[in-house]
Amino acid sequence: MDGHPATIDDMWEVAGRRFRSRLIVGTGRYKSLEETAAAIEASGAEIVTVAVRRVNLSDPNAPMLQDFVPPSRYTYLPNTAGCHTASDAVRTLRLAREAGGWNLVKLEVLGPPPFLYPDMRATFEAAEALIKDGFQVMVYCADDPLAAKRLEEMGCVAVMPLGAPIGSGMGVVNPYMIGAIKREAKVPVLVDAGIGTASDAALAMELGCDAVLLNSAIAHARDPVRMARAMKAAVEAGRDAFLAGRMPRNYSADPSSPMAGLIR
Amino acid sequence: MRPPALRRPPGFATFRASMDARIAITVNGETRDIAAGATVAALLAEIGLDTRKVAVERNEEIVPRSTYTAVALTPGDRLEIVHFIGGG
Repeated sequence: MDGHPATIDDMWEVAGRRFRSRLIVGTGRYKSLEETAAAIEASGAEIVTVAVRRVNLSDPNAPMLQDFVPPSRYTYLPNTAGCHTASDAVRTLRLAREAGGWNLVKLEVLGPPPFLYPDMRATFEAAEALIKDGFQVMVYCADDPLAAKRLEEMGCVAVMPLGAPIGSGMGVVNPYMIGAIKREAKVPVLVDAGIGTASDAALAMELGCDAVLLNSAIAHARDPVRMARAMKAAVEAGRDAFLAGRMPRNYSADPSSPMAGLIR
Repeated sequence: MRPPALRRPPGFATFRASMDARIAITVNGETRDIAAGATVAALLAEIGLDTRKVAVERNEEIVPRSTYTAVALTPGDRLEIVHFIGGG
C-alpha cells in the first residue's frame, strides 16, 4: 500500500475519456497567446475550453490559438459562448466539429446581461438536437437539481452548474444545491463559472464535484501564471479533503491536547 | 465527305461568358467578388487560409473539408469561415 491512492490513481472519466487533472481552464481573456500558454501549462489542465469565431479575412496569417495551445497536447472543448439561441449553439458546435473533429463539446446558451444566466429552455432544446446529432454534451446549467437530472436523463455526459454568474468571481454562492446536484447525479458534475480564487475552487471540490471549470479567475489575476498554480493546488487539496472526509462541525471546543498528565 | 461542323449546344456562349465573369458572395458578413465557378478550396486559397485550421459553413450547412475542391460557389452564397480562439 502506498498510502496515497487518492492522489495517484484518482482519475475521473467523461464520455469514456479519462483525465488526471480535475481542473479545466478557459483560454480567453489573456493579454497574449504567450501568456495563455504559460498559464495553462502552470494549471496542469488537460482539457481547455475554446471558442469558435470568424477568421479575420484581412489578416489570415495572424497567430492562432492552436500554435500556442496545441490540440495534440490538450483536449479542446469547444464552447458556444456568445450564443443566445439553441440554433446558434448547434450551428457553432457543428462548425467546431468540422474544424477539429471533436464530438465532446461544452454547451452554454445564455440569457441577457447582466447575469448571462443559463437559458434553460434553450439549453434543453440545443442539448436534444446535439445529442441526436452524435455530440457528447457537457452542459452549463443553472444550479437547479431538477434541470441537472433532466439533462442527465437526456444523455448529457456531464452537468456543469454555475457557482455564480460567468466572470463574476463571486465563488460558489449556493454550495448546498451544488452538493445536492452532485449527490443525485450519475454523470460527472463540474462547477463552471463564478470561481474567483483558490478557496472557491477548493470548496467546489470539497462538495464532491468531479472537476472545476474556470477562466477569468486565472486570466484576470494580477499574476495569471501564479494563480494558475494556485488553482491547480486548490483543486488537488479540495479533492483530497473530500476523499479524506472532513471532521464534524461542533460549535463547542474539543481540546486537541490530552488533559491527562497536566502539571499541578 | 467532310463531317458537318461541330455544333455548339444552345446556350454555350452564355455558359462561356459566365466562366469568365465574377460573382458576388458574402464571406463572414462581407461582400466579396470571386470568379464564377470557383470552389470553396479556391476561395480559401485566395484568402490565404490553412484549410486544416478552419471550418466552413455555406448557407447554414457545413461544408465537409473533403469536399472543398468539389463544391462550386454560386451567386449570393453566404459563407462563414471560422476557427478556434481563446474562450472560457
